[in-house]
Amino acid sequence: MGTAKFLPLILLAAAAVFLAARLIGNAYVFFAGYVVLQYIVLSTAWNILGGYTGYVNFGTPTFLAIGAYASVALYKVVPLPIPLLMLIGGVLSGIVGLGTGYLTLRLRGVFFSIATLALSVVVQTLVTNWDFVGGSRGAYIIRPMTAPLIGGGYIDYLCLVMLALAVAAIVIARAIEHSKLGIGFATIRDDEAAAEASGVPTLRLKLLATTLSGALMGMAGAPLPYYVTYLDPASGFSLTYAVNSIAMPLIGGTASWIGPLIGAIILGTVQQLVTVTISSAANLLIVGLILVGFVVLAPNGIVGLVRGRR
Amino acid sequence: MDVSLDLLGNAVISGLLLGGFYAAVTIGITISFGMLDVVNIAHPAFIILGSYIAYIANSTLGVDPILASVVVAPAFYALGAAIYQIYYLAFERHGDKPLQGLAFFFGLLFITEVTLVLVFGVDYRLVEAPYIGPSLHLGPIELPGRLLVPCLVALAMVGALHLFTARTFIGRAILAVAQDQLALRLMAADPVRIKRIAFGLSIATASVAGAVLIVIQPVEPSIGRDYIGRVFAICVMGGLGSFAGTLAAAMILGIVESLTATFYGPSWTPAVAFGFLLLTLAIRPSGLFGRT
Repeated sequence: MGTAKFLPLILLAAAAVFLAARLIGNAYVFFAGYVVLQYIVLSTAWNILGGYTGYVNFGTPTFLAIGAYASVALYKVVPLPIPLLMLIGGVLSGIVGLGTGYLTLRLRGVFFSIATLALSVVVQTLVTNWDFVGGSRGAYIIRPMTAPLIGGGYIDYLCLVMLALAVAAIVIARAIEHSKLGIGFATIRDDEAAAEASGVPTLRLKLLATTLSGALMGMAGAPLPYYVTYLDPASGFSLTYAVNSIAMPLIGGTASWIGPLIGAIILGTVQQLVTVTISSAANLLIVGLILVGFVVLAPNGIVGLVRGRR
Repeated sequence: MDVSLDLLGNAVISGLLLGGFYAAVTIGITISFGMLDVVNIAHPAFIILGSYIAYIANSTLGVDPILASVVVAPAFYALGAAIYQIYYLAFERHGDKPLQGLAFFFGLLFITEVTLVLVFGVDYRLVEAPYIGPSLHLGPIELPGRLLVPCLVALAMVGALHLFTARTFIGRAILAVAQDQLALRLMAADPVRIKRIAFGLSIATASVAGAVLIVIQPVEPSIGRDYIGRVFAICVMGGLGSFAGTLAAAMILGIVESLTATFYGPSWTPAVAFGFLLLTLAIRPSGLFGRT
């Protein structure tokens, strides 16, 4: 199925999900839905780099927080509409992604992973020392009461924007997978030296993947301050984002676009339920245990399990 | 800025002491990542685990935290050997599964941290020992016992590991497994067994490093993350898998961080280590002391 046929299908599915949520008419559905949708974007974005090219990025919080803090900074100067903020956050995070990739991607893959961890602390230190966006005290954002365009609560609007971004991320990931680019990425994952020797421009492809992945994460971060209304460095750079955006694709299966989607929906929903019924610390423990269990016992994720059955 | 010579001297000395402590924290990574090529990013989490065990021993039994950590080191060794066995069976045996292997250790890091949060909460914990508090004075130079004892313990540990790898059969086999596994097999030594021993040793050092950490500063579960970048920065700068290089790189980082904290404020120090790491990776990935 080509992208031209896939696009109407997924748009229809997204519209159905949104209308169903509206019909339930419970604000909590949108509060929880936003988080799950955000994780769909993050895990799909992570998978473009991690799943397709095999480079593990521990820096999801960095890219997310760059988008979020760009919004905070702009909010103090001139409040802009959310889609515009997403664009700005995406561009900034994309540039940081490109820079990180340029610095480290010529090295062995694991150095890239360590560098992303390191980068996260550098950027967090910079933000903590940046008084304009609140420093370590954090920043408050006053969220408008009602949503533009669609009416209803503002969270409904944020949810709709995030839904659109999730659709865009999935369509991009799927299009990459079915294109020459996707094959190029896969050669890097399977044997980078052989790919380089066969004339695949590996560095350029990897830079493209880091930029795209970083940009999508930044876009997902841009509405975050409006969702939480209070953002401090510790929560913006929380390791939870990193572990989730790695765990979700690995649980779903990293080889195709549907893996991160399945993983994000399952793990995201389970976490929401556990947070409400047990505690938020317990939910993180569960994510960790599921992650380790899956990589040891089912390294190809749920998609791999289903395909292995056949 | 008014830079007095005393202040500078004290900053350099405390940087050196801090560097000794960093060497203790990094030496496990030097073994696991540098020599065995196992990217154990969960190492700092095991260090924090060591801190908490030292804390329990100190607060309930009144035992010296460092002594307690040496006593429980064999348990850490067993833990490390078990983890390596799982890692070997699930990932290394099948050849290249770097993505899953990294995610495995990342998951371990997360589980350890969250478990500690669930058991102990996020309050800072600290230990009591006679050498925490008083300082040694040498003219204008001050040597706080809180930093001096950890530095000496760290130097002793690095020295012992160096002697072990240089003098004993197992130690030499660990150095050999880092270079050529096949050749090791031809010498009738089992590389998996050697690597299990070496990985066990690397986790055993985390016990002592943890005790040293809680002597230097109060500890809470998520503090380990601050050390992930530092330990890898030092390990890479030290040329991956060299004890002497690790010690030298740790001292350099300690001094630079101490100078930054003294003259610009402690809130900037985390960025120093990571800036160092990014620079090292970008300019000289084989490390300051590595062979190119």
